[in-house]
Amino acid sequence: MKTDPAGVLTGVHYLDGDYACGEGAMAAGCRFVAGYPITPSTEVVERISQRFPMTGGTFIQMEDELASMAAVVGAAWTGTKVMTVTSGPGFSLMMENIGLATMMETPCVVVNVQRGGPSTGLPTMVGQGDMMQARWGSHGDYEVIALSPQSPQEAFDLMIDAFNLSETWRVPVMFMMDECVGHMTEKVVIPPADEIDVVPRTLSDKKPGEYLPYAVNGRPVPEFVRAGDGYRFHTTGLTHDERGYPVMSVECQEENVHRLMNKIRLNADQIIHIEEEDTDGADVVVMAYGITARVARMGIDMARAEGVKVGFLRLIVVWPFPEERIRELAKKVKAFVVPEINYGQMVLEVERCAGGKAPAILVPHGGGGVHDPATICQAIVEASK
Amino acid sequence: MSTTTKAPLPEEHPIAPFLRMDRMPHIWCPTCGIGTIVKCFATALDESDLDLDKTAIVSGIGCTGRVAGYMNLDAFHTTHGRAIPFATGLKLGRPELQVVVFSGDGDLSGIGGNHFIHAARRNMDILVILVNNFIYGMTGGQNAPTTPTTARSSTMPFGNFERPFNLPHLAASCGATFVSRWTCLHIRRLTKCMRVALRRKGFRFIEVIAPCSTLYARLNRLGTGLNLMQFYHDEAEIRHDADTRELDIGFQDRIVCGNFIDEERPTYLEMMHSHYEEVLGDRFVPMPPEGGWIHE
Repeated sequence: MKTDPAGVLTGVHYLDGDYACGEGAMAAGCRFVAGYPITPSTEVVERISQRFPMTGGTFIQMEDELASMAAVVGAAWTGTKVMTVTSGPGFSLMMENIGLATMMETPCVVVNVQRGGPSTGLPTMVGQGDMMQARWGSHGDYEVIALSPQSPQEAFDLMIDAFNLSETWRVPVMFMMDECVGHMTEKVVIPPADEIDVVPRTLSDKKPGEYLPYAVNGRPVPEFVRAGDGYRFHTTGLTHDERGYPVMSVECQEENVHRLMNKIRLNADQIIHIEEEDTDGADVVVMAYGITARVARMGIDMARAEGVKVGFLRLIVVWPFPEERIRELAKKVKAFVVPEINYGQMVLEVERCAGGKAPAILVPHGGGGVHDPATICQAIVEASK
Repeated sequence: MSTTTKAPLPEEHPIAPFLRMDRMPHIWCPTCGIGTIVKCFATALDESDLDLDKTAIVSGIGCTGRVAGYMNLDAFHTTHGRAIPFATGLKLGRPELQVVVFSGDGDLSGIGGNHFIHAARRNMDILVILVNNFIYGMTGGQNAPTTPTTARSSTMPFGNFERPFNLPHLAASCGATFVSRWTCLHIRRLTKCMRVALRRKGFRFIEVIAPCSTLYARLNRLGTGLNLMQFYHDEAEIRHDADTRELDIGFQDRIVCGNFIDEERPTYLEMMHSHYEEVLGDRFVPMPPEGGWIHE
């Protein structure tokens, strides 16, 4: 269906990535945001707190990120679309209730405007060091979805996707921005509401008494109801059966948790979103995401000028990872080159999927700035030999 | 010759409709006080005119954290310490809901203490029922922020040397608009207190002292739960409107009970609405009572 026009600021704007992300959330129908201030993400909630009182939304600044994430999970059960926003240190605190959201199958969006880490690290400067944390940060086995925008326009556009994916698959969706995209100001075109497709909360048509909160009946995800509609349902972070009741057994753990994994794993092809340029016939394929994708393009142009056949693969959805595509490319290319603003995270996935058929060469950057395109070019030229 | 007639037994227990009977028996130990408090709460719900379809209950983790799972309401068994912020989200996401947090002393005042004080400060529109058994029961009797000084716990085997919280005073000083303390011996008074609190607005706090015979009583050689009930009978003192500064609980010392605070102050949502109406006028669009959701 088309989105509620109340949240859509249709027009051509000049916005930074943080503001564009906030506008994207409101355009997607988000009406509840709980957050705690943290650089470099604060502009997202500042934008939302300016606009929400006029759009029927509620923003609350909670006492910490533990509370922010818990409030978001609670609010999601009312049917309202919800989001929280943070950066590395707050992302660490949110992991507890991100786990709860995966176990309760709660749609929500978690924005992480990444800065340099570990710990307090580089509060005002860029990093991409939370990519594995987005996937593995909470304890136990689970699957989530993560996206990474490369521009303010994408910060807007992909927020719509993030909300739709979270609603479709009933998972928390990690929106892995970085400080550069967050603080970069560019043209952002916001379309009219009748051009924005959103996935609404689809409620069960079963009657109270017949409804089982976690019965899937062959579908990947269970049917939803809202708190306050008379269903008197129960949900828990404990391993649970179809009734949402705790069952401490090997069998229930297998049924419950394996389905949480499989709803993403077996449907990954519907979720994966990548962009490829000139990968056919390439000797070297560069894989990048976020701000580094834009820097990498300069390095690719420089390498092409030196005669190297370079392809480019950009991760838009980062998790689930495009395993199949990397496997195919690994049979054809001499090497992958993976620049990222960390000391090697997504490159490990490339290496895993390439399975020794082509090396995955990391171009690391510790954070605080972006790569020098010449460094990326040099790695490409070396890899092509 | 005499005949004895037996009164017919009711088909089901009067509070059965308020419980998930398919989850019985519950996990609580014999002579644990939590079941009694649940009975009081169910009775208070029965006597209230609340729309129970619009009443949600949220628990954290621990023995009392299991309460939500046994109540026949929209029920959320959440993470340790986070029942209050989870409940905050529910209330703000669908403002017409009546939201009750039912959890333990360790959950709400230990790991969740920060959320407790901020929800009280905001006068968030939730009722918080805190069962205080002076100890972490589920994990095996470790020291709690409520363990009385000198009482033994499994992590203070030589006696607790920390000072415990005076929870009614903590709630009151942070801005709670309804503050009470009872023991689970005070069944009628506690039930009435819950019934009144369900009708009030804002951040309402009821502390209920309850026996943990398996751990607290055993580690401190206090006998069984029944002995502790006898202790409440002998040592609980009802003092309504008492100065909350004087409500500290010492080891096997007098327990002051009563309704201490019952006042009206605008709730978080009322403050938000009146403020935005004042500064934004007609431009203010509040979230609808049924929630700001998008649906076909």
